[in-house]
Amino acid sequence: MYVLIAGGGKIGANLARSLLRDGHGHEVTLIEQRRDRYERLEHEFEHQVQVGDATEIHVLDRAGIARPPDVVVAVTGDDEDNLIICQLAREKYGVGKVVARVNDPRNQAHFDLLGISATVSATASIMALIEHEVPEHDLIHLLELRKENLEIVEVQIDKSAPAAGKRVEKLKLPEGSRLISITRNGRSEIAIGSTELQPGDQVLAILQPGKEDELRRVLLKS
Amino acid sequence: MKALVIGCGRVGSNVALQLAEEGWDVTAVDEKEEALTRLGENWRGGFVLGHGMDVDVLREAGIEDADAVVVATNGDNTNLVVAQVAMKRFDNQCVVVRILDPARADFYRTLGLRTICPTKTAISELMEAARACEIMPRAPVTIT
Repeated sequence: MYVLIAGGGKIGANLARSLLRDGHGHEVTLIEQRRDRYERLEHEFEHQVQVGDATEIHVLDRAGIARPPDVVVAVTGDDEDNLIICQLAREKYGVGKVVARVNDPRNQAHFDLLGISATVSATASIMALIEHEVPEHDLIHLLELRKENLEIVEVQIDKSAPAAGKRVEKLKLPEGSRLISITRNGRSEIAIGSTELQPGDQVLAILQPGKEDELRRVLLKS
Repeated sequence: MKALVIGCGRVGSNVALQLAEEGWDVTAVDEKEEALTRLGENWRGGFVLGHGMDVDVLREAGIEDADAVVVATNGDNTNLVVAQVAMKRFDNQCVVVRILDPARADFYRTLGLRTICPTKTAISELMEAARACEIMPRAPVTIT
C-alpha cells in the first residue's frame, strides 16, 4: 500500500514509522514543511521524506500524488491545511481514501460539510473517554460511524428503568436500532433475544443518529 | 446591500472602505483588534473580532443575510475553507475569495469558487510592462 502523509510532527512521524515497520511492506512518503524538522526526519526516513508545503500542488505532484496513493493522511497542526490537502487529494487526484486530523473540535463541522470523512480528533476522543469513565448523561456516544450513518452508544440500566427485568425480544426497540452487548459484573456477552436485562447492566446499542430519544424511552425512562 | 469582508489587512480594509463609500452596509471581520485602525476613525460600518473559521463569528457578522462576502485573510487555505463554508453552509451566492497561489486559485475555480489571484494579476502586469520595454526606446537615465 502506498501512503502519503502530510505533516511530519509527532503523529505523522510515528505513523510513518509504524507503516514502515518490518513486515508491513508499505510504501510511505512523508511531507514536512519546516526545514529543521525535515532535516531531523531525513536522518531517519531518508528519501521517504520530502520538504515542502503539502497544500501546494507542485509539492504534492513531486511526492507522487498523481499515482495516486491508496491513502492520503493529513495530520498537520493546521485544520485548514488538513482540509485543503484532503480536498485536493480527492477532488483533483481522485485519491480514494483520505484521513484528516482535526485539531480544534469546533472545526469538525467544516470537515463534515466538505465531505472529508474519516477524521480523527484527539480532543474529541479524550472527551468521549472522559464521558465514558465519568458519565454525566445516561446515554453516552462511543463511536460515530459517519459513512454508515450509524452510531454506537452505551446506556446503563438502573433499577427504575423500564427495561430492567425484561428480555431483549420483549423490548419495543425503535426501528433502526439494535442492542449489541450486555456487560454485567465485568463480563460481556452478545445481546440476543433471550438475554434478560438487569439493573446495573451496561448495554451497547447501535442506532441511526436521531433515534437516541426513542431508545432512551424504551430502555431508561419509565 | 450588505457586505461582509473577512480579513481586514491591506486588501480587506480597502475593499471594506471602498464598498462603504459606494453605499454598502459593510461589516469587517479580523482576528486582530489592530485591524480596526486600518478602517480609520470615521468607520461607521461593523467590525467583529474573531476568526473566519468560527461560525459564531460569521453569524455575528451577519453572514446569513449578506449580499456579498469577500474573503481576504492572509491564508490561502483559510480563505478556501471560509469561502466554501459561506457558500455551502450559509448558502451565500456571491462569495469572492482571494487566493495568492495561482495553482490553487485555478483548481478551486473549477470547483465553482470565484477566486481572485493577485499573483496572476501581478505576473501579467509585469509581463506587459517588460514587453513594453522591448518596443520603447530606452529613455536616458540621469542620476544626480
